[in-house]
Amino acid sequence: MKWSNILKVALNSILRHRMRSVLTMLGIIIGVGAVIIMVSIGQGVQKQVESQIAGLGSNVLMIFPSATNQGGVSQAAGSRDVLTLDDVDKIKRDATLTANVSPIVRASAQTIGGIGNWSTTIQGVYASYLDIRDWQLATGEFFTDRDLSVRAKVCVIGKTVADNLFPGTDPVGEQLRIRSVPFKIVGVLTEKGQGANGQDQDDIVLAPATTVLDRLSGRRFIQQIVTSSISADQMQAAQVELTTLLREAHHIRPGDDDDFMIRSQTEIADAAASTTQVLTMFLASIAGVSLVVGGIGIMNIMLVSVTERTREIGIRMAIGARSSDVLIQFLVESVVLSVFGGIMGIVLGLGGAELISLVGNMATALNPPVIIAAFIFSAAIGIFFGFYPARKAAALKPIDALRYE
Amino acid sequence: MASEETISNSEAAGAPVIETRNLEKVYSNGEVEVRALRGVDLRIDRGEFVAIMGASGSGKSTLMNILGCLDLPTGGEYLLDGVRVNTLNKNELADIRNAKIGFIFQGFNLLARTSALENVELPLLYNRTRGNVDTSKLAHAALERVGLGERVDHVPSQLSGGQQQRVAIARALVNSPSLILADEPTGNLDSRTSVDVMSLFRELNDQGITIVLVTHEPDIADFTKRIVDVRDGMIRRDVMVANRRDPQVTLRELDRELAGEEDGH
Ligand SMILES: Nc1ncnc2c1ncn2[C@@H]1O[C@H](COP(=O)(O)OP(=O)(O)OP(=O)(O)O)[C@@H](O)[C@H]1O
Ligand SMILES: [Mg+2]
Repeated sequence: MKWSNILKVALNSILRHRMRSVLTMLGIIIGVGAVIIMVSIGQGVQKQVESQIAGLGSNVLMIFPSATNQGGVSQAAGSRDVLTLDDVDKIKRDATLTANVSPIVRASAQTIGGIGNWSTTIQGVYASYLDIRDWQLATGEFFTDRDLSVRAKVCVIGKTVADNLFPGTDPVGEQLRIRSVPFKIVGVLTEKGQGANGQDQDDIVLAPATTVLDRLSGRRFIQQIVTSSISADQMQAAQVELTTLLREAHHIRPGDDDDFMIRSQTEIADAAASTTQVLTMFLASIAGVSLVVGGIGIMNIMLVSVTERTREIGIRMAIGARSSDVLIQFLVESVVLSVFGGIMGIVLGLGGAELISLVGNMATALNPPVIIAAFIFSAAIGIFFGFYPARKAAALKPIDALRYE
Repeated sequence: MASEETISNSEAAGAPVIETRNLEKVYSNGEVEVRALRGVDLRIDRGEFVAIMGASGSGKSTLMNILGCLDLPTGGEYLLDGVRVNTLNKNELADIRNAKIGFIFQGFNLLARTSALENVELPLLYNRTRGNVDTSKLAHAALERVGLGERVDHVPSQLSGGQQQRVAIARALVNSPSLILADEPTGNLDSRTSVDVMSLFRELNDQGITIVLVTHEPDIADFTKRIVDVRDGMIRRDVMVANRRDPQVTLRELDRELAGEEDGH
């Protein structure tokens, strides 16, 4: 039997049972669509994380208090009080492989200024912070080392804060009251957009670390130190040097554990990448299950249809169809169904991903290999799950099939 | 006897179309065994027009199914055009059903929800011997031949019984078989339509196609050239038809009767 004829017979039979065909395809449509939507979301998150981590700045090493087990109670990393501005200054003074260093002192606070109030995150940093992060100013300038030493009440605000408190005007020179302490705005950061967790990176106020410690946090300890090493090749050596310096500063005896930890930007990027990869895999495998269920749906309906169409098979055999013709007809039918379903699933998936990124304000990324794989997989499902029913049909004896009631 | 003439003619043409030797068929469903055929010796030559008659359950359909290569005998031999069917494999049997034999069923056995044209086209799609043919043109021609040229797009449910049987006949004809087997082709038709169908068979037979049909009705059998009586799986009587009826004449008589009835009212 010629291929064009096989296709004709299969297509006729699909069109003759429109409702059944659509129901059969539905499983594949939903399965393929779900795979594409899920992978798009996963990949979108992954891309976002990657770009955000790239935005951390180059050659960056971050120092956090380490996770410890104090009195049998384990505490999360970063929650311990060990890092101080003395550490920062020691690094600044003694480290040879570190180009810049800055503390990060975090406080969240209500700010009042311009047309109203706004609750945001305050970060106390050094003047070099901008260079470490590779951030830019839209207007004004950053505060200076002098501002730090005199604990000047100056700050630089992010785009979101500027837009909310000073819409349409230049905030530079204006006053911002943070927890009722008046700060003078000296600069505005350029827009950076969403961060990895979907948080707004522009919803931020930067102020001299000394001022923040003094006026806002009221504590001696800082949450984090960021440094940039002098070159990418020296990251490893810089990390060793920082460890030595801090162990010295914290009086840690040889053999005892560090009370801090140092993470490089690449380590963080790798960790984030593997997390998002796990997320993508997880989403894809959930969707994959629905694809397999769709395949079983095809098998189920093809099996029912073989029984239902026993007489038809008998008639075809009586007028000269070989077993192989019947086998191929049923296989082609299920492959055509699953491939059609696959194509419709791809359309649904692409549309769905687009809709999610528009309505859900979530980044999604198209992945051509996944689309092609979903398509090939749906065709393979057609062959795999269509084979058993097709063989069952082909094994019928013409006279038995004809007599079937 | 007239039969002698037929037999000697076809011997000159070569092997008989159908030759069975001590053909047996036993159906065994678990413990029960049904001996449906008990040694059938039948020889049918090219150009013959044979009616197989017999009581219900005598084994007519069983015999036809074996002759049509739809089923295999459990004993004896069946030679089709001199070829021993027992030795053929499944694919060869399928090809014989496709090209050599046109089988017509009592229940028509058309594909539902499929147009007359597509039904008739079907055997062409499974044909391996022909090269590129215009299947739809050939199917059209076959439907014209049975007088259904106007109804090509109708599906079986839109056709009368007689029309459905014509579609089935067109399907049997479309691959130009040398043998037509029909199991009670008129069993579901009224007498007028039955005569119509017999007239069609007569035409085909006149064109040289060998026809074997099963019927319960002696009236129908009289349109053929030879009657084979089957009883309990064996052939009991095999006679040539003495006064063969011409379906055309019968049709004219029926028309006249109808006209007369209308005049009477
Ligand atoms: N598939 C089968 N399994 C078991 N027995 C069968 C089968 N087919 C037919 N028979 C038996 O074989 C015998 C012959 O059946 P067959 O159908 O050939 O009769 P028939 O002459 O065609 O009858 P009818 O005129 O009613 O069609 C019957 O006794 C029937 O019960
Ligand atoms: Mg019968």
